[in-house]
Amino acid sequence: MKKKILWLASVPVPVLLAMLLLLPGSRSVAANNEPSGSNAEVTIDNFSFGPQTLTVPVGATVTWTNRDDIPHNVVSTDGVFKSKVKDTDEKFSYTFTKAGTYSYFCSVHPKMTGKVVVQ
Amino acid sequence: MTNKKQDLIAEKSQDLNNDGVDRRGFLKCMAWAGTGLVWTMSGGIPASRAFAKLHGKDDRKSGDFSFVQISDSHIGFNKPANPDVTSTLQLAIDKINAMQHKPDFIIHTGDLTQLSKPSEFDTLDQVLKGASPKQIYFVPGEHDMLADNGEEYLQRYGKGTKGTGWYSFDHKGVHFVGLINVANLKAGGMGSLGHEQLEWLEDDLKGRADSTPIVLFAHIPLWTIYPDWGWGTDDSEQALSYVRRFGSVTVLNGHIHQIMQKVEGRISFHTAVSTAFPQPTPGTAPSAGPMKVPADQLQRVLGITDVNYLISGRSLAIVDSALGDSGSASLGNGASARRVESIRGAR
Repeated sequence: MKKKILWLASVPVPVLLAMLLLLPGSRSVAANNEPSGSNAEVTIDNFSFGPQTLTVPVGATVTWTNRDDIPHNVVSTDGVFKSKVKDTDEKFSYTFTKAGTYSYFCSVHPKMTGKVVVQ
Repeated sequence: MTNKKQDLIAEKSQDLNNDGVDRRGFLKCMAWAGTGLVWTMSGGIPASRAFAKLHGKDDRKSGDFSFVQISDSHIGFNKPANPDVTSTLQLAIDKINAMQHKPDFIIHTGDLTQLSKPSEFDTLDQVLKGASPKQIYFVPGEHDMLADNGEEYLQRYGKGTKGTGWYSFDHKGVHFVGLINVANLKAGGMGSLGHEQLEWLEDDLKGRADSTPIVLFAHIPLWTIYPDWGWGTDDSEQALSYVRRFGSVTVLNGHIHQIMQKVEGRISFHTAVSTAFPQPTPGTAPSAGPMKVPADQLQRVLGITDVNYLISGRSLAIVDSALGDSGSASLGNGASARRVESIRGAR
């Protein structure tokens, strides 16, 4: 977060205004997906990822929190990221630096699948 | 309802021999016997007679033996469904040690630990040290694969095994195969055996006489119980095709923390309850997670499985019993059924 603030401070005001207006992932995102930016969170509960599809801007950090009473993990199907196993209340975070669609699943309970769309 | 219908219903529900089995029940039993399986429900004399027959000294021949299946001890789990899984495992071991007929060995069908932690495996070993049967066979559950894809498990229990931990052994003429279906799981899939293991299995069974009783054991059920919850194995059909020629095949699984059974030709499938916590029956809860029951009922939904092999009839009998019950009464979500199955081998 600190990096982001410093970077914004060095940008001229008109450019900054233009950026804010054009910022992707604003509140007018499609109903299926959660608003991104500040809400880059996925909750793991009842053997499922919620929301199942999350859309975030490039550079966003997504945090998965396990609220289930069973351990789960977060594993990208393309080998991009892989968390250690997380017990109840433990978290895993990953920062998406490249645009794309990242499918993932819980390798302990493989029926649990999810997707992060980075754009 | 017509009079004829009422008469038929009345006739079917008559208990003709006063043995707790009415005509409809008797026909059901006979149908099962036709396919090689006899399943008696408790309450009446037939069940206890069969049970006594299994365990009477006079009936035991030299080739007869028994073993016990335990499953899903989840050492390390400490949530409300059971805050002390080590104690309930100890109760299971105490129960095994108190059995009148001594089992030759124990099979643990996986989820030994909750998080694959070394301390959890240590605690498990400590409890199992107190078991009378000194030989214990294991297969891992998905909870035992959490540290480096099962490295910790393999280091401790993988001696003599191949690949991700599969192996086979013979005991008094019965061929046992431990299969691993919790490794390299694919997104959206269920349990998986994989090509290498299937090739090994085919080779392992080659040349064995059809009359050899076979016991397969693996963590996740080798038949499809409930795909939505991952209760099944994607490539189990191939494995089952290798054993169909045998006269008596028993498949022992865990993972679902409740008893489910099925017969398919000469293959009998059985899943065991957990020694740690129960799980809901398919579709009755949002997910397959630990199910909380009133504290005084916990021991009634946990248990062990006693498997008896009788060489005279080449039959295998499976008896499930709950913890904290003397003898083998009452298992599973309040239902009071003592199940005794006799599976006939080839003659």
